[in-house]
Amino acid sequence: MIEIENLSKSFGQLVVLDNISLYVSEGENLVVFGRSGQGKSVLLKCIIGLLSPDNGNILVDGKNIVALNLKELNEVRKNIGFLFQSAALYDSMTVRENLAFPLKRNFPNLTDKEINDKVEYTLELVSLEYAIDKMPSELSGGMKKRVGLARSIITDPKLMLYDEPTTGLDPITTKEISELILNLQKKFNMTSVIVTHDLICAEIIADRAIFLKDAKIAYEGTIEELTKSNVPFLKNFFSHELIKA
Amino acid sequence: MKLPKHRYGRKLNFQDNVYNFFTTITGLTIFNIEFFKQAFLPPYEIPEVKKHMDELGVKTFGIVSVTGFIIGLVLAMQSQPVLTKFGASDFLPGMVALSVVRELGPVMAALIFAGRVSSGIGAELGSMRVTEQIDAMEVTGVNPFKYLVVTRVIATTMILPILTIYMIVIAIFGGYLAILITESINFRYYIDSVILSIEFGDFVPGVAKTFVFGYIVGIVGAYKGYTTEGGTEGVGRASTTAVVLASLLILIFDMILVKITLWLWPTLG
Repeated sequence: MIEIENLSKSFGQLVVLDNISLYVSEGENLVVFGRSGQGKSVLLKCIIGLLSPDNGNILVDGKNIVALNLKELNEVRKNIGFLFQSAALYDSMTVRENLAFPLKRNFPNLTDKEINDKVEYTLELVSLEYAIDKMPSELSGGMKKRVGLARSIITDPKLMLYDEPTTGLDPITTKEISELILNLQKKFNMTSVIVTHDLICAEIIADRAIFLKDAKIAYEGTIEELTKSNVPFLKNFFSHELIKA
Repeated sequence: MKLPKHRYGRKLNFQDNVYNFFTTITGLTIFNIEFFKQAFLPPYEIPEVKKHMDELGVKTFGIVSVTGFIIGLVLAMQSQPVLTKFGASDFLPGMVALSVVRELGPVMAALIFAGRVSSGIGAELGSMRVTEQIDAMEVTGVNPFKYLVVTRVIATTMILPILTIYMIVIAIFGGYLAILITESINFRYYIDSVILSIEFGDFVPGVAKTFVFGYIVGIVGAYKGYTTEGGTEGVGRASTTAVVLASLLILIFDMILVKITLWLWPTLG
């Protein structure tokens, strides 16, 4: 589903990603770990074309994101969902309008009734049908994440990218959101890349995990392999995460 | 569209300020070119343009009414004793009308519009930028420049001339009330004097330049908002600098457009 070859990205003198290669199979859930500022979100933004890499290729479903023009890129983006760290709900729109927006823009042939039915169905999936006419400012952090998730999956994407989906949430809500992500992934057979610090979230979702350090993929394996590793750095990182959890 | 980045986040020295000045000029030029490249391509987002025109019109209607009325009133009150002294009080309605139509109405309406709208657009787009809402729009396959910038700039360009004409009418009415306080004057006579003193060459260039002013208000606000960096502090900066830059550009372009008007209609001089 995703094939990254020799990806590099710098901001001025700061090298954030250095010659990274990565493969994500169809239906797989890959978790990306790393300390703050190690390029995890940059990797996601490169995959969806929000940032242009300095070098390398990113193939999503066989199409090289780096070589596409904006129109072609937007076609590829229709099959990708992106959940932002802050959920990035449109402030000026209600929950209903937030969810209807990508449908109206990408599927102009849908009738108002079809859009409304799809919005209601998707909100039911995240158990927020009662919040349909609320404004984002009236929602809690966890509710915002759920609405953001609903908006990301409403166009039935094949690939989902999650940027810190559980940051700032309490452990119970973290577990709920993580289980929701896993259920949705199974239900719609989506491929997912999840950037997180959160071990609870990773343990629930991940099939495989990578660890970014010094702009490279330093470690790779299952969550169990990484958490039980004898590498001092990983031991230190995950012991802190466990204390936090 | 790649825009140059400003220097922020530390105490800026003279070189940084010079660098930021040229960055703004370059960025604004690129932004303008992008606007014209995208404005004529479908989809035209007409419902969005209408929505913004409606919002912006309602937002500035009250303040334009009050300001227009006060300008007309004060102008007549200030001029009346001087004109009376020279025995030219009959020219007062015409003087008020000409001043308001040719210069005061368009420029004052534009400056008020800049204060109210340019900052609003800067803050709105700025907060959308720092909360990743613009990125969210982009990843759903929507062109945020077209949807957020082009629609707002077209709306400001179209709505300001309408507000200016409204302001001119209110200011002329304010002038009538000012005269009425000190002497008895027939409203019909006042309006006839106003109409007789205004020619095509006074009215059309005055209102026509507000299309340019409206464009400046929209494009500067959108540029500052769209390129916001640095969190909530950046939003505040975008909002403030949008007003300052838009007001300054309005005055500079007013000077240029007055010169062009006098060149096209030499009799106005």
